Amino acid sequence: MTTAANAAVRTSAAMIPTIAHDTDIEVQIADAARFVRRHTIASIYRAESGHPGGALSCADILACLFGAEMNVWPSGTADRQRDRFVLSKGHACPALYAIGAYHDFCDKTEALALRKLGSPFQGHPHVRDLPWVETSTGSLGQGFSVALGMAMGMKLQKMHARAYVLLGDGELQEGEVWEAAMCAAHHKLDNLCAIVDYNKLQSDAPNDVIMRLEPLADKWRAFGWTVFEIDGHNIPGILSTLHLAASTHHRPSVLIANTVKGKGVPYMENGAAWHGSVKLTRPQAEDALAALGTEPQEIKELLDA
Amino acid sequence: MPDNNAAPALIGSSGDSLREAFGKALTAMADEFPKLVVLDADIAGGTGVHHFRKAHPERLIQFGIAEQNMMAAAGGLAATGMLPVVTGFAVFLTRAFEQARLSIGYCKRNVKIVASHPGLDVGPDGGSAQALEDIAAFRAIPGMTVISPADPTEMALATRAVLEFEGPVYMRTGRSPAKRLFGSDHVFEIGKGQIVHHGRDVTLVACGVEVARALEAAELLHDEGINARVVNMATIKPIDSELLKRCATETGAIVTAEDHNIYGGLGSAVAEAVAKTHPCPIEFVGLNDSFGTSGEPDELAEHFGITAPFIAQAAKHAIARKRGLQ
Repeated sequence: MTTAANAAVRTSAAMIPTIAHDTDIEVQIADAARFVRRHTIASIYRAESGHPGGALSCADILACLFGAEMNVWPSGTADRQRDRFVLSKGHACPALYAIGAYHDFCDKTEALALRKLGSPFQGHPHVRDLPWVETSTGSLGQGFSVALGMAMGMKLQKMHARAYVLLGDGELQEGEVWEAAMCAAHHKLDNLCAIVDYNKLQSDAPNDVIMRLEPLADKWRAFGWTVFEIDGHNIPGILSTLHLAASTHHRPSVLIANTVKGKGVPYMENGAAWHGSVKLTRPQAEDALAALGTEPQEIKELLDA
Repeated sequence: MPDNNAAPALIGSSGDSLREAFGKALTAMADEFPKLVVLDADIAGGTGVHHFRKAHPERLIQFGIAEQNMMAAAGGLAATGMLPVVTGFAVFLTRAFEQARLSIGYCKRNVKIVASHPGLDVGPDGGSAQALEDIAAFRAIPGMTVISPADPTEMALATRAVLEFEGPVYMRTGRSPAKRLFGSDHVFEIGKGQIVHHGRDVTLVACGVEVARALEAAELLHDEGINARVVNMATIKPIDSELLKRCATETGAIVTAEDHNIYGGLGSAVAEAVAKTHPCPIEFVGLNDSFGTSGEPDELAEHFGITAPFIAQAAKHAIARKRGLQ
């Protein structure tokens, strides 16, 4: 259990069964993922714009990374030995801000001020506003290369930390992604772990309609990566695969995480229309939060406070 | 019979070129900058960093022919405390402009981008290979320092200065043999222009290979009784506004000269500064919004009108305009 996970116990005592340690963590992570989804809906509603679909699809992955896998903690954002996380699909940042808020990298209420003038929570992450986001993203493909550079830099300086990067599936259409994929394998960057949020939908339509990605696992294998294909909403599965990926040697690893765009909000699930940027009406935001199990009082607080 | 087993004669970096001076300076300074790494896109022999590779092979990171990834990865390397120097041909580094903008400029990373083969100085490779837009492009990135040294001595001094400087820098070297203009007493300071020839009738402001041509133009003008001042403006951003104000005030006419499009480069930077301090007639010598073509550098310079006689002619125009204003 990492320092971050230790600091992350916010679940009410009644919700945590007093059983095995691993399960304990999984329950905390599930709670964090729920928080991320609720916070995401609330911040996008308040911003009157944003990208909910791809933020909801990666909530469980982010919760696993920040809740257990990564060695990151709020007071250590300048620590050289910290793990690095890069959200290469920068438009999903409401989810990143939310997981950061859950783990005290930023204030929960302040992080609701998404996309507002004067707020550090810009429409895409900016490292000079929020150091813990590690690098500025929002131009697809670049975050992957930056994470690669971080992995290289850490190896050159004999740091044992790892670099994690979350990519969107549509993002894989950027040529730079495959430049980086080739480069990471060539340089044997086994401290680099990519995760593809494979929700099968991009801005306008399914990947298959816009630009086919399959056979996706074969592509990564052909580029020299160790490939894991997983259910991106199965928390024990994500955790154990991240652990496996960390033990691969001489090769970078990629988790192709099969996910559902808009996961957790029935009217958004599997709908490209909810990629964004969208404006949520009050009833839409309330419906979404109710579907995420939010109590009426908390809905009011999230949307109005 | 021809000996087909003999190695082909490769036209790599050699002689007194700015790229050669850069590569050698970088190699000599490697021990002083332990975090320094050089990023290469399979073109080390062309950019001059083959010297560095030979001396410090473990510190030259090969990215293959993939400039976008190389540029953004430099941002990541710098984020971990390394001192990355991105190298390549100017035209191909411009390809990675957006990576330089977001992952280096916007993030304020301490990355040095060093571009060889700028402008018509590229020569016979032709119009596709001659970057005539790079200064304009990189100058537009907030916080990006832009430098174009004039001779091998200055190149070596500038290499040290950019490594010691904290922040993103774009620096031009050059492909062709460059004239030696400065002695061992030469000083280079980022952000400072230098008067390298005194005069009071007009100021010729130049950077890179055009400094030598501006000095030559000053000689031509001298023969016609015109005293031209020549300023070596090696730092295009931040431009030395104080010196330009002084030159505008004292000479009342300016000519800019650069191996670059007249839009967005040194000429624009000078005009922006002078317009705010002491407006005076300015003439612009450079590529008149056109691409280059194949030919030897000196032939091309003449063909496109950036040699000494063209600078001298522009000086006379500027002086005539000044007198018209009086």
